[in-house]
Amino acid sequence: MYGLGVLKGLWVTIKNFTLSYFTRKRLTTVQYPEERITLSEHARTFPILVYDESPDKLRCVACEICAKECPPKCISIVRAQDEAGKPLKQPKFFDIDYSVCMNCGICEEVCPFDSIYMDRQFELSAYERSEEFLYTKDRLAKSAEYFSKIRPETAKKVEEKRKAKEK
Amino acid sequence: MNCPYLQNMDQQSTLDTQRLEVSLGPQHPSTHGVFQMDVVLDGEQVIRLKPVMGYLHRNHEKLMENMSWLACMPYTDRLDYFCALANNFSYALAVEKLAGIEVPERAQYLRVIMAELTRLINHIVLVGFLLNDLGAFFTPVLYAFREREKLLDLFEDVTGSRMMCNYFRFGGVKRDVPPDFILRVREIVNQFPKFLDELEELLTHNEILLSRCQNVGILPKALAVNAGITGPVLRASGIPYDIRKIDKYSIYGRFKFRVPVGEAGDVYDRYYVRILEMRESLQILEQAINEIPDGEVISKAGAQAAKMPRTLKVPKGDAYGRTEAPKGELGFYLVSDGSGKPYRYHVRAPSFINLTVLEDMCIGQKVADVIIILGSIDIVLGEVDR
Ligand code: SF4
Ligand code: SF4
Repeated sequence: MYGLGVLKGLWVTIKNFTLSYFTRKRLTTVQYPEERITLSEHARTFPILVYDESPDKLRCVACEICAKECPPKCISIVRAQDEAGKPLKQPKFFDIDYSVCMNCGICEEVCPFDSIYMDRQFELSAYERSEEFLYTKDRLAKSAEYFSKIRPETAKKVEEKRKAKEK
Repeated sequence: MNCPYLQNMDQQSTLDTQRLEVSLGPQHPSTHGVFQMDVVLDGEQVIRLKPVMGYLHRNHEKLMENMSWLACMPYTDRLDYFCALANNFSYALAVEKLAGIEVPERAQYLRVIMAELTRLINHIVLVGFLLNDLGAFFTPVLYAFREREKLLDLFEDVTGSRMMCNYFRFGGVKRDVPPDFILRVREIVNQFPKFLDELEELLTHNEILLSRCQNVGILPKALAVNAGITGPVLRASGIPYDIRKIDKYSIYGRFKFRVPVGEAGDVYDRYYVRILEMRESLQILEQAINEIPDGEVISKAGAQAAKMPRTLKVPKGDAYGRTEAPKGELGFYLVSDGSGKPYRYHVRAPSFINLTVLEDMCIGQKVADVIIILGSIDIVLGEVDR
């Protein structure tokens, strides 16, 4: 019968519409920002630098491997020097341009000192687009506690690895 | 005919009418991105059509000549941004061929699972958008997005990102899947056919869809072959050409699945072939999750290359790696001169080549049908313009 196909189709939409009031499975949206979905362990947005005790004790040793491997080259590092001009094992400047970063996670993978990790903060909009997105050392530095809060499993593994190395 | 009025009409229609040139796009909502078509119309009929590409040109190929081999991987995500994992797959295959890196068993299975999930995502979204182009505004698309979201959640758990996955590494994959992954894929394999049934009930026998799609935008067999069309568009024209069957790359030789083909090569066949393909993908997924072994997910050489990308030695030579991406044959042609970067990097993008027959399919059709013909080719501008 002509038109039966259309009616059948409409029946599907009616079913979906009505059932969305009763079954959770058919109601798939949440009321952001009041409600939020939980992000998974490996969810990634932008990189952060992890420190252990205080923000001036970054794990980073300014080896610049991440800066070299970063595909769009958005990391820039300047090594610190002591008074005699000898290079120190810490960065003087460590800037990441978040507006260039492509969230690939390669820096996290290649860093041999477990220093740089991907954050999951995604609400970063700003009114200005050059300075607001240039994340300097102080803005990137996050404590190890924060890191283990956002990614407990990875943080645990990293801790074990670091302890084993110290011994 | 004797009716004088009709005779008069006949004469009129042989007179030269004024032709109308319409520029569809680049901001047209149904061009799937920034794509422009300059259409010449005679009344409502299309007599010429010129695609204008390049609005989304991002210098992909040249840019990659300055990247290390691994650093190209996240950029391939951005080619066909619906199917990041399928792009990763092709590129990884090409580099592995060039550098002679082996891939462990478990990683092969994970790759196949990821590639087939990507195919589901692509086809389901395409069907949704095709219906959008037809004027079935947003009901099918939102059903499709609802299902797609489940698969994207899965991707986020495994790769860390929903769309820009950057998951494949040379010689394996980036990290092993979480423990509940197989269970969740199984759930999808069980649930998805029900959704497909529902979608088919909504669409497949819908008279409006039939009359809009059947015998519209026919692509003849011979033209399809001569123009180098691949993927579902070619198969809808009746040619069972599937690189998964022909190359048997990765481990596709082990799975039992059929290659659905169409008959008429019209828009409806292109729609229906994709529905059938999704069902075959589910078959592959089911076999893959039943057989997946334990073990390493990346080979030793691969793990080292992922940790220290500069140590990856790619010998001089060239290689072409191709896969059956959801849109057709996706190939990467790479030339290496022995340094740490590709000397030449070329992408054979399926949607770009499938787009070349757009004019042939559209000539003689109504202008409203141009939109759905374009929709049925399934293009993504990230890949067309690169
Ligand atoms: S973050 Fe890691 S890779 Fe980058 S400079 Fe610091 S220690 Fe080196
Ligand atoms: S995530 Fe990728 S693009 Fe961003 S800083 Fe790290 S390596 Fe660079």
